[in-house]
Amino acid sequence: MNAIELNNLTKTYSSGKTVVTAVDDISFSVNEGELFGLIGPDGAGKTSIFRILTTLLLADKGNATVLGFDVIKDWKAIRDLVGYMPGRFSLYQDLTVEENLNFFATIFNTTIQENYDLISDIYKQLEPFKTRRAGKLSGGMKQKLALSCALIHKPKILFLDEPTTGVDPVSRKEFWEMLKKLKAQGITILVSTPYMDEAKLCDRIALIQIGKILKIDTPINIIDSFDKKLFAVHSENMFKLLNDLRSFENTESCFGFGENHHLTFKDDEMNILDLENYLIKSGHAKATIKIIKPEIEDCFMELMK
Amino acid sequence: MRILKFLLRKEFLQIFRNKLILRMIFALPVIQLILLPYAATYEIKNITLSVVDHDHSEYSRKLINKFTASGYFLLTDYSNTYKQALDKVENDEADLIVEIPEGFEKDVIRQNESIIMFSANAISGQTAGLAVAYANSIVKDFNNDVRVEWLPQSRLSSIPVIEITSSNWFNQLMNYKDFIVPGVLALLVTLVGYLMSSLNIVKEKEIGTIEQLNVSPIKKYQFILSKLIPFWVLGLLVMTIGFIISFIIYGIYPAGSFWVGYLFAGVYLIALLGFGLLTSIYADTQQQAMFIAYFFMLVFILLGGLFSPTENMPDWARYLTYINPVSYLIEVMRMLVLKGSSFWDLRYHFLVVSVFAIVFNSLAIFKYKKTV
Repeated sequence: MNAIELNNLTKTYSSGKTVVTAVDDISFSVNEGELFGLIGPDGAGKTSIFRILTTLLLADKGNATVLGFDVIKDWKAIRDLVGYMPGRFSLYQDLTVEENLNFFATIFNTTIQENYDLISDIYKQLEPFKTRRAGKLSGGMKQKLALSCALIHKPKILFLDEPTTGVDPVSRKEFWEMLKKLKAQGITILVSTPYMDEAKLCDRIALIQIGKILKIDTPINIIDSFDKKLFAVHSENMFKLLNDLRSFENTESCFGFGENHHLTFKDDEMNILDLENYLIKSGHAKATIKIIKPEIEDCFMELMK
Repeated sequence: MRILKFLLRKEFLQIFRNKLILRMIFALPVIQLILLPYAATYEIKNITLSVVDHDHSEYSRKLINKFTASGYFLLTDYSNTYKQALDKVENDEADLIVEIPEGFEKDVIRQNESIIMFSANAISGQTAGLAVAYANSIVKDFNNDVRVEWLPQSRLSSIPVIEITSSNWFNQLMNYKDFIVPGVLALLVTLVGYLMSSLNIVKEKEIGTIEQLNVSPIKKYQFILSKLIPFWVLGLLVMTIGFIISFIIYGIYPAGSFWVGYLFAGVYLIALLGFGLLTSIYADTQQQAMFIAYFFMLVFILLGGLFSPTENMPDWARYLTYINPVSYLIEVMRMLVLKGSSFWDLRYHFLVVSVFAIVFNSLAIFKYKKTV
């Protein structure tokens, strides 16, 4: 049995005359014990999918099951089994760390002591601050508390909607390590993120864009499926370089990626010297061109075309 | 039960952590009960009076004396012509002009009648109306004095006179404070019950915690009860503080039973909290909720008979008060405090407010969905 299954799910929002299709005929499934990532930019429909799966939102078309339960008919059963951490996970700012955790334990009919082993790794870091009000915690601490709150009732499936957005890089890394540990305990995790570097840490990922799935596979397979040669180009005037590269006759795509521009050619067999000469002519005397291995983000850009 | 207990604990924790709200709960009744009854009084004293006396007779002097002795008027000006007096009114130095014509005394004695003129500054209609009313009663009184003086004593009971003496029941001295204080108490209970409850759920919506509650297996009734009970308790607490303050400051306490008062306030609060819940279902932000609540509060209070009696209103407005829960509490408070009404006297009010409670709460429960 698949832990999560979506069949031809569609959800549209209408405000006035404009109709926005947030989820467009999406189907995929998540295996039990898998760490599955939904990767996509803002507005891709990730949150809508989460809300449908956590029975907070009704889909227009299609159906979905969570642990074999239908999201419409068996919503009550689902609510007992899942943990949900919304994108804007909100704690009661005026309650302390301990009170928040205690509160979420109680509304799920359990106690902190009962499932302490599950959250102990995370909660240990919070324990020195347990009498501090949640509103006074740092961003990373808040996310850890939020995760503890979502985990306290020992859910079979954890839904994490952009858990690391707005969190510093160190906390993000720690957060993903925690997810790995949770996965090791047999919890199925569906996580969404706009950060491509986090995609590599998932077992499988679905790249989504404007409500549609571009590709579902393991991160390695997705990277391997990138069949073009990829080059990183750097020069002193990066902005001019981008325009020059894009107007080069053999350029297929060129995007800015941090300190380099990533470039693919229409014809991979071409001589790289042609480009070098072109760049020198365009005034980029110090330009460097390297061949590099593609990242998830390159695949995403490629698929988006 | 364990969950409900816990939800309630959380609500109370949050309320008591919010120092501002806590202070307001105590400050509100104190300040309102001190300010409103003194400020919102209908008795008008010190009406400034300008007299234009063309007669300068003994009678005209007697009449003017009667005005100044009444305690309502303050003789600020003695003008020679009506025009001069009018200037005083224009400069806001006089509220009322009394013009006594030449030959006033002569006419009264010889022809048995004379005419004097009142001109009131009607910028404030209420002051003008009351000033003229007071002046009328003073002149009537003066009339009687003149008659007594001139009628021969021997012919006993020559003119039949029906004298009207009135007695004000339940508020012997027509003390305005006795009238307004129970109303302010009703206002306080309403303010705390309605405003706080409608804002509370919206706050959970705004900060997003409602989403976590919605995915949890807590039952709808548990959630709603956890939101109603704290404000029910707070409402009654504020009422208690209000009773204590009105006793200390004004010596006003219910002539009837406290228990009937609390029972009624209890039922009333259930109705009101249901209405607050309904408000919070339609509002997405605290700003919206505040605005909706403010709109209803204003209508409820102004049409509830707190300041102006509902009997003065046009028919359509009076019918509106039948569906205004606040007007019932104001009326019950007054009946209880001034008249000492019993439960049986208030049965009709109890019935109506119970219906409100059932309607508002069923609507709220029906409308509240555990989906966002």
